[in-house]
Amino acid sequence: MLARLNLALLALLAPALSFAGDAISATEKQPLNLHAIGMFVLFVSMTLGITYWAAGRTKSASDFYTAGGGITGFQNGLAIAGDYMSAATLLGLTALVYTKGVDGYIYMIAFFAGWPIILFLMAERLRNLGKFTFADITSYRLNQGKVRTMAAVSSLTVVCFYLVAQMVGAGQLIKLLFGLDYNIALFVVGALMMVYVTFGGMVATTWVQIIKACMLLAGGTLVMVLAMSQFGFSFENMMSQAISLHSLGEKLLFPGSLLPDPVTALSLGLGLMFGTAGLPHILMRFFTVTNAKEARKSVLYASGFVAYFFNVILLMGFAAIIIVGQNPEFFEGGKIGGKIVGGGNMIAMHLAKAVGGNLLLGFLSAVAFATILAVVSGLALAGAAAISHDIYARVIRKGKATETEELRVSRFASVGLGLVAIVLGIAFEKMNVAFMVALAFGIAASANFPVLILSMYWRGLTTRGAIAGGYAGLVAAVLLVVFSKSVWVTVLGNAQALFPYDQPALFSMPLAFLITFIVSKLDNSAEAQAERAAFEDQYVRAQTGFGAAEASSH
Amino acid sequence: MSSTSSQSAVYARIRRNPRFAELVSKRQGFATILSVIVLTIFYGFFMVVAFQPQVIGKRLSEGSYLTVGIAFELFMFIFFWVLTAVYVKRANGEFDEITAEVIRDASKEVK
Repeated sequence: MLARLNLALLALLAPALSFAGDAISATEKQPLNLHAIGMFVLFVSMTLGITYWAAGRTKSASDFYTAGGGITGFQNGLAIAGDYMSAATLLGLTALVYTKGVDGYIYMIAFFAGWPIILFLMAERLRNLGKFTFADITSYRLNQGKVRTMAAVSSLTVVCFYLVAQMVGAGQLIKLLFGLDYNIALFVVGALMMVYVTFGGMVATTWVQIIKACMLLAGGTLVMVLAMSQFGFSFENMMSQAISLHSLGEKLLFPGSLLPDPVTALSLGLGLMFGTAGLPHILMRFFTVTNAKEARKSVLYASGFVAYFFNVILLMGFAAIIIVGQNPEFFEGGKIGGKIVGGGNMIAMHLAKAVGGNLLLGFLSAVAFATILAVVSGLALAGAAAISHDIYARVIRKGKATETEELRVSRFASVGLGLVAIVLGIAFEKMNVAFMVALAFGIAASANFPVLILSMYWRGLTTRGAIAGGYAGLVAAVLLVVFSKSVWVTVLGNAQALFPYDQPALFSMPLAFLITFIVSKLDNSAEAQAERAAFEDQYVRAQTGFGAAEASSH
Repeated sequence: MSSTSSQSAVYARIRRNPRFAELVSKRQGFATILSVIVLTIFYGFFMVVAFQPQVIGKRLSEGSYLTVGIAFELFMFIFFWVLTAVYVKRANGEFDEITAEVIRDASKEVK
């Protein structure tokens, strides 16, 4: 079986490889990275093998959305870490430390600090109340149709922006690392994603994320250790050289241009922290474990891996200042301090090559590709669940769809999302998509998180309040990002931004909370009374897990 | 998604059990304290970044490259993770035992 899959895979890659040859000879003379391609083919055949195995185990809706709820806390912890640490984490944050020093570290603690809060306030309630999507929780005692529609709309918005940002990054990265044409790279990523999700559902997606997380942790650690060995493993030694060589000098140690004013710093902190707690593909991972115990363990493992890796990245970034920043090989035209070959995001890759040669570069390239695949698969699955479980099965069919019908829709939805991702990825090729990640976190923090947390904690929440607050948060976050510099000036070409900050959360999140609160308070309809009364049962279930969705046995 | 009547009966019995109130207040209190600690330290740090950025780059000792900012962030990474471990240990042990007991009692009465 595996042999047949490999054969099919080779057939799939063969035209891509020959295209790559053309692209390379036509543009930059990048040597075909055989190590990278070899290791990537190995990763893909392994994951396709797993997908084949998983497909045989994906029979029910519960298998498809949540792997039957049978994932252990340790596995889920790795998968969450794999879902959370995208290629932007590895490449973007290393580059951030390389160019701006400690600013990058501040960014990373904001990315990390959401995890303990998710554990203390949300993890067990998510597991006890949810089944397939986080809308199961927000609509638990509220109007199914309205609340689910809203949750699905904001989930799909987050998923689409995050997906496009990943796809554009993927295309550019693969073009550079593997010498594949941008469009072909997108088709490869999109096609593999569709195969994983459509056939293997959550089981395959989880394993892709687990394998990728292990590769990422191993690859990053190896590069870091090899780099640190050049400084005798002395942080002081490395830092003294980095500061004397970097154009920022001592300023590397101070907050700089990334956090130019208090509002930006606070808004970023808020957006990253609570955005994490509202990302649909992350929330969905809490429904894959057996019970609340395992859900808590997932966070413990996930946050441990994330914290460890962020510190690895800090060391990689500082080491790269000396190892990459002083090597003419990595600058265009060999001019130190000029343009980095392949752009600023390639620092981590250059570091891998400098300390471990082509073999390590190949490995880290394969890791980056695997990372993108794992993240887009998780996103596509969350998007598909919003379409098939929330919109189709619960809103359109009002719970009367059979499992077979729902599964069929979810598979169509996965394929549809894959196509949308490819098309949008191609459309946005030349654009700076950095704002899309900010937007995804901003919407997650402003539209998803307030309604979710209030539905679990506040008896007084009503459908009208949730709808008003959720949509207000969504619209406010989108508008503020559109009016910010990254869209209004950079994309739309206006002279002056209407909203002076990049991250909207400081404004849109409190707005969502406030509107939800006021509208709920003013709502005295009969439905509102019933919804408040229904909180009592929900509360007991949230606390004890009695009546929670059970794991199916395999 | 709403609960069935037999489930509702169990929920009602759980609610009446004083051990349930004890569980909720203990666990909620513990989670709240830990959250407040994390949020205070985290936003306190961001306040320093926002309003006193020069403190972040201060050296811990003369001639050392370990700064207040880097040392404190490393401390946050470790400390926050230790807090998650502390919570998981207590919740998966003590709190889950009470939970199991509460559910057992409420289900027993049905028969």
